[in-house]
Amino acid sequence: MTTEASRTAAVEFDGASLRLGSVDVLRGVSFQVASGETTVILGRSGAGKSSALRLVNRTLEPTAGAVRVGGRPTTEWDPIALRRRTGYVIQRIGLFPHRTVAANVALVPRLLGWERERLERRTAELLELVGLPPDEYAGRYPAELSGGQQQRVGVARALAADPPILLADEPFGALDPITRRELQVEFRRLATQLGKAVLFVTHDVREARRLGDRIVLLEEGRIVFAGSPAEFGESRLPAVVAFQPEDES
Amino acid sequence: MSFLDYLIANRADVLARTVEHLFLVGTSVGIAVFIGIPTGILLTRREALRKPIIGFVNVIQTIPSLALFGFLIPVPLIGGIGARTAIVALSAYALLPIVRNTYEGIRGIDPAVRESGVAMGMTDAQLLREVEFPLALGVIVGGVRLATVIGIGIATIAAAIGAGGLGEFIFQGISMVNNQVILAGAIPAALLALAADAGLGFLERRQSRWRRA
Repeated sequence: MTTEASRTAAVEFDGASLRLGSVDVLRGVSFQVASGETTVILGRSGAGKSSALRLVNRTLEPTAGAVRVGGRPTTEWDPIALRRRTGYVIQRIGLFPHRTVAANVALVPRLLGWERERLERRTAELLELVGLPPDEYAGRYPAELSGGQQQRVGVARALAADPPILLADEPFGALDPITRRELQVEFRRLATQLGKAVLFVTHDVREARRLGDRIVLLEEGRIVFAGSPAEFGESRLPAVVAFQPEDES
Repeated sequence: MSFLDYLIANRADVLARTVEHLFLVGTSVGIAVFIGIPTGILLTRREALRKPIIGFVNVIQTIPSLALFGFLIPVPLIGGIGARTAIVALSAYALLPIVRNTYEGIRGIDPAVRESGVAMGMTDAQLLREVEFPLALGVIVGGVRLATVIGIGIATIAAAIGAGGLGEFIFQGISMVNNQVILAGAIPAALLALAADAGLGFLERRQSRWRRA
C-alpha cells in the first residue's frame, strides 16, 4: 500500500483481529474508508459488525493487526479525544432522557468547551438539518418524540462537533419501514453533502445497497466480499447470494 | 385524663423529645447518605465488591435494634450511653436502603444511554455527574426516604440507652403501665414518619419530571 493511499483513508483496518474471551470475533479484517465515502458492513447477527465499529472509537482494541484513524493506530489515540471526533449512532438511540433535545445535540461541542453562542447556533443549525425545526423541538424531552424523531436527534448529536468520521450501528433498525426509508434517504444526502467517512453497520441488504458506496460482507469475523453495491448485486459468491433478498424476482 | 389532655399538659416536653428524635434520625440518615451514596457508586465501578459489601450491610440489618444498641455500649469511641451510640447504630441501619438504591438506581439506567455517553467521549466522572447520578437520583431519594421512615421507628428504641427522643415516653409509659404516656411518644413518632414519607416522596417524584411522555 502506498503512503498516499494510507493518507487519504480516514479509517483503515489493517489485518485487525479481535478475540473476546475464547471467541474470535474478527479475523484479519482489512479495508479502508475514505472521507466522503460510506462503507456498509453487512452481515448476520454475531458476524462481528458492531465489534468492528467499536474498534474505530477504541471502545475495543484489536488483539492483532491495527485499526488506524487519520493514519494513527487507535491504540495511540487518547480514547476520549478520539471519541469526540467520531460521531456514533446506535439502534437503541440512547438519548439522555433528562436533557432536552437541544442539550442532547449540544453534548459533544459542550464537552469540547465551545462558547455558548456558537453552541446554540450549531444546535439550531443541526436540528434544521435533520428536519426538526428548533423553535418547535429544541426544548422538548426525548420521551415527547416519536422513535423516528428521536433518531433524527441521535443523528444530529453524532454530527454536532462536525466529526470527520461517523459510525452507525443499525441506526434505523427499530423504525417502521416508511420512517426508515425516509431517514435512509436523508442520511445518504447528509453523508454525501458533509463529506464524512461513514461506517454503517446493517443486516438489511436493501439498506446496504441504498446507502453504501462500498459493501463489506462479514461472515464469522472474516470479510467474504468487498465491492460496490452493483458488484454485490452481480456476485455469484454463495455468501453473497445467501444475502440477496428472496422476494426480489 | 385523656391522651390529648396529657399531650397538651406536657407539650413542652413532647416538643423537646420530638426535636431530639429528629436530631437522632436526621444526623444518622445524613451520615448514612454521606457514606452510602459513594459506596453505592463504588459498587457500580467495582462489581467484585458488590457481594461482600451488600452482604455486610444486609447483615447489619438483621441484628435486632435493641441488641445492636446494647452491643455498642461497651465499644470505645463510638459506644457508651447516649445519643452518640444511638446515632452510630441508626446510621448503620440506614446504610442498606441507601447503598442498595444507589447501586440499583445507576445499574437500572438504560445501557444505551451509558453506551452513547461513552461513545461521545464523556469521561467516567462526566458520565457519573451528568448522566448516571441525575438519572438515578429518584431511586436514591427513594432509598433515603425508606431509611428515614425506618430510622424514625428504630430511634424510639434508642431511649433504652439514654439517647432521648420520643422513645422516652414509650419506655416510661410501659413501666408505668400508662397507655397515654406511650401514645404521647408513639403518635408524634408515627406523624413524623408519615411527614418524612410524604415530603421525601414528593422530592422523589420531582426527580422524575422528565419521564413525562
